Amino acid sequence: MAAITASREEKPEPTKQTPPPAPAVESAPKTITLRISRSNPSENSAAKFDEFQIPVQKWTTVLEAILHVKQNLDHSVAVRYSCRQASCGSCGMKINGRPRLACYTKVSELDSNVITVEPMSNFPIIRDLAVDFKQLFSTHKKMKPFIINEGSEVQPGAKEFIQTPNDLEKFLQFSYCIKCGLCNSACPTMATDKSFIGPQGLAQAYRYTADNRDEGKKGRLKIVDQSHGIWRCHFAGSCSNVCPKGVDPAMAIQLLRGYLLGFRK
Amino acid sequence: MRESIIMKIHYGTALGAVALVAVHILMRLSQKFSDSLQYQNVLANYHFLPYALMLEVILVLLSVHGFNGLRVILLELKQGATYERAINYGSIAAMAILIAYGSRTILMAGMGIS
Repeated sequence: MAAITASREEKPEPTKQTPPPAPAVESAPKTITLRISRSNPSENSAAKFDEFQIPVQKWTTVLEAILHVKQNLDHSVAVRYSCRQASCGSCGMKINGRPRLACYTKVSELDSNVITVEPMSNFPIIRDLAVDFKQLFSTHKKMKPFIINEGSEVQPGAKEFIQTPNDLEKFLQFSYCIKCGLCNSACPTMATDKSFIGPQGLAQAYRYTADNRDEGKKGRLKIVDQSHGIWRCHFAGSCSNVCPKGVDPAMAIQLLRGYLLGFRK
Repeated sequence: MRESIIMKIHYGTALGAVALVAVHILMRLSQKFSDSLQYQNVLANYHFLPYALMLEVILVLLSVHGFNGLRVILLELKQGATYERAINYGSIAAMAILIAYGSRTILMAGMGIS
């Protein structure tokens, strides 16, 4: 009897058996080669690539990899960044040939052990990965990116502007633009036509033109209706393809053309 | 002229040219293709007034559309006030010369002058 008890004790019931603890998932940091384009137009130095070996985890972003270089390997790398959460639009660059936000691109999603980062195309380079946004902001400003309405709702006694969900839907998608410049960088027309307004500016012109509170449509359409304006878009769609916020500038341009062709009022 | 008006003309001439060139090609099918290109048959086309008028319209449509397309390409290649003015006026001049030369050919063939 004692033996039986002992054997029962030795063999615990399977239902009560706790599974063996899973081995701790400690993903060993992988090492990738980060190739950073280095150039300084003010010194007329030819662009070259510097290579760095960077340890990365599966959650490491390209921006973090670049900052690792700055902190540990070469502090002279020039890069613009701020929010690190795809809100400010500062860290746009070409990553493995495609315009992307560095803070919004994980190294793991690129499926490559070699990551090449270059400054955005179609922008003047300040140094290394930092480009000059002067033209983008100036064009954006020309589009009058604000509601033009004499009867401002902030005046005392004025009624608020009525806007239905359908009215909002007409432009909401286009109001998500963070001015990162990726669309302009991907635009094939901008590559040759430096005077072209660009998808960013045109999308913003549509965003405010389609807003039912706005009364500045006539003025904006006049601005975009010029020899380097809206008609130079060939609808390649690259701008919409690279937009990190889903703005779809190519569609905005076609919708804006509708006003000029008389399809839309 | 505003760019939107120019582009409306551009799209309109494209549509018109597609329609009329289709008619022009279909006319080749009214007889054997090789026969349609024989000297006498080609001249007969010019002597038939409605067809000669259609050829004239095709000439105008294609010239306007083609030279405006060329203007747009050249404007995208390079920028600059002087360059752009030269391209704009150059395109109009080239268009006018081509239309004048083509019209002369249609008229001469229509009147039987060779």
